[in-house]
Amino acid sequence: MYGDFLRRLAKDKLAMVGLFVVLVLFFVAIFANVLAPYPPDEIDVENILVEPTREHPMGTDPLGRDVLSRIIHGSGVSLSVGFVAVGISTFIGVILGATSGYYGGLADRIIMRFVDIMLCFPTFFLILAVIAFLQPSIWNIMIVIGITSWMGVTRLVRAEFLTLRERDFVRAAVSQGASDLRIIFFHVLPNAMAPILVAATLGVASAVLVESSLSFLGLGVQPPNPSWGNMLTEGKDNIEIAWWLSLYPGLAIFITVMGYNLLGEGIRDTLDPRLRR
Amino acid sequence: MSLYILKRLLLMIPVLLGITIISFGVMKLAPGDPVSVVTDLNPNMNKEAIERIRAHYGLDQPAYVQYAKWLKNMFMLDFGRSFAPDSRPVIDKIMERIPITLLINVLSMILILAVAIPLGVMSAVKQNSLFDKGTTVFVFIGFAIPTFWLALLLMILFGVKLEWLPISGLRSLTYAGLSAPGKVLDIAQHLILPVFVSSFGGLAGMSRYMRSNMLEVIRQDYITTARSKGLDERTVIFKHALRNALLPVITLLGLSIPGLIGGSVIFETIFAIPGMGQLFYQSVMGRDYPTVMGILVIGAVLTLVGNLLADVMYSVADPRIRAAS
Repeated sequence: MYGDFLRRLAKDKLAMVGLFVVLVLFFVAIFANVLAPYPPDEIDVENILVEPTREHPMGTDPLGRDVLSRIIHGSGVSLSVGFVAVGISTFIGVILGATSGYYGGLADRIIMRFVDIMLCFPTFFLILAVIAFLQPSIWNIMIVIGITSWMGVTRLVRAEFLTLRERDFVRAAVSQGASDLRIIFFHVLPNAMAPILVAATLGVASAVLVESSLSFLGLGVQPPNPSWGNMLTEGKDNIEIAWWLSLYPGLAIFITVMGYNLLGEGIRDTLDPRLRR
Repeated sequence: MSLYILKRLLLMIPVLLGITIISFGVMKLAPGDPVSVVTDLNPNMNKEAIERIRAHYGLDQPAYVQYAKWLKNMFMLDFGRSFAPDSRPVIDKIMERIPITLLINVLSMILILAVAIPLGVMSAVKQNSLFDKGTTVFVFIGFAIPTFWLALLLMILFGVKLEWLPISGLRSLTYAGLSAPGKVLDIAQHLILPVFVSSFGGLAGMSRYMRSNMLEVIRQDYITTARSKGLDERTVIFKHALRNALLPVITLLGLSIPGLIGGSVIFETIFAIPGMGQLFYQSVMGRDYPTVMGILVIGAVLTLVGNLLADVMYSVADPRIRAAS
C-alpha cells in the first residue's frame, strides 16, 4: 500500500518540488556550519549595512554580520519549531479526537465544547500573552504553538473515528474481545492516518509562520541568535536604508512555507483523488 | 426563528464561562503575581508593604475567590484599572481602540468578498484554464507569504522607493490643518496598505473556498436541469449556481473573525496604528495584566457574537437550516 502511494506521489510534480524544498531545508540546517561563508555572530565594523556584493551575496546587517550566513543558521529554528509544535498538537489532537469519536456521549460533548471555546480566542492573542508571561524561549514557543493548535486535528480525528467505528473490521475486532485501546490504536487509527498526515504537513507550515511572526515581534528567538523572524525586525528598523535586510529572510520563510504546503496538498491529492480541488 | 436564536444564546453561556476561565488561567501562568511587577524594582518595598498591596488587589485570597470576583466585575464591564502608568480603567482604553480595528477589519472583509468571490467563480467556471491556473498560483502565494514580510516589502516599494503612500500612523502631521474632505483622504491614504495587507491571506483562502464550492454546485442535478431547460449559461451560473455556492461563505466569514482580530497585532504594530492589536502588544510587553485579560475576553466575545450573527444569517438565507433546528 505504501509503495503504491509513494509511486503516485512521485508523479505529482508540485509535491516533489515541495519535498525538494523540505529536504534542502534539512540539509542546510544540518550542515549550517559548513555551508555558511561566515560565522553567524561575526561582527565586522568595517562592513556595516553593505549592499549585496560578491563577498556578501545578501548584504550585511547593522553590526556587519553576513545576512546569508545568518539565514543559513536560522534554518534550524524554523525546522525544529515546526516539527516539535506539530508533534505536540497532533498528539493532543489524536488523543482527544479518538476519545471523543470512539466513546461519544459525555466525553464527546465535553471535548467538543472545549474545542469551541478554544476556537473563539484569536489564537495569536493567546500565544502572545502566554509567551510573554512565560518568558520567550524556543522551547516555550514550540510548546505554546503546540497547545494552541490542536483543535483542527481533534475535529478531524473525531470525524474519522465516528465513521470508522461502525465499519465491519472494527466490529469484528470488538467481537473477538479486543480491548478499547487495542481497537483505537491498532485497528482504527492506522486507517485514519492519511488525513492526519496531511493536516500535520500543513500544520508545520503554519507553525513556521507563527514562529517567525513571534520572533519578528521580539517574543520569539532572542537576538543575537538568528531566526528569520528576528532578522526581519532589523529589516524594519532599517527600512529606509537597507532593503536587503527585509527581502531575504522573508523570502526564506516564504519558500519554506510554500514547500510544506505543496507537499501537504500533494499528499492529500495522492491519498484521496476525490479530494482534489 | 426567535426560538433558534434563543437556543443559540443559551449555548453561548458555557462557552463564555470557558473563555473567562482560560483567560484567567493565562494570567495565573505568569511567574509571581502582578504586584511583583511593581514591587520587585522598588528598593523601598518591605514585606509588610507588599502584603498590603497584595491584599488591596485581593491577591492574598485563593484563586477561585479571585476568579469569582473578577467574573462578577466583568459582568458589569468593569475590567479593573490598567497597570500602565496612566492607570485608566481598562474598559475605556479598549473601547477607544476598538473602532479603528473594527474599521480595518470590516474594510478588509469587504475587499476579500469583492475580489475573492468573482475570482473563485471565474476560475471554477473556466476550470483548468490559464486564468484558473494563475489564480491557483496566487492562492498558494497568499497562503505562504508572511503578512509582516508583505507589509515590509510594500512599505519599501510604495513608501520608501516610490513615496506614494505613508507607511506609518493614521494621520499626517498636517492633519489638523486639512479641510474635511482632505482629512478623509488623508486617513484613506494611511489605510490603503494596512487594509490590503490584512486582507491578503483571507483573499487567497476565500477564493480557493469559493472555487471549490462553485465546482461542487455546478455538478448538482439542479444545474443540469437548469441547463437542459435551455437557460443561457449566464443565468445558470450567476442565478442558480452562485446563490447556492455563496451560502457557506457566510459561515466562513464568521470563522475568519478570530484570525482577523489576531492578525491586527501584527499589522497595527508594523504600521503604528493605534488599534486594539497595538494596545494588546503594548500591554503584553508592559505586563499590564488587567488590559491583557480584558482584550483576551473581549476578542473572544467578539468572535462568539460574530459566529452567532453568521449562523443567524445562514438560517435566514437557507430555509433548510431553519427546518432542521
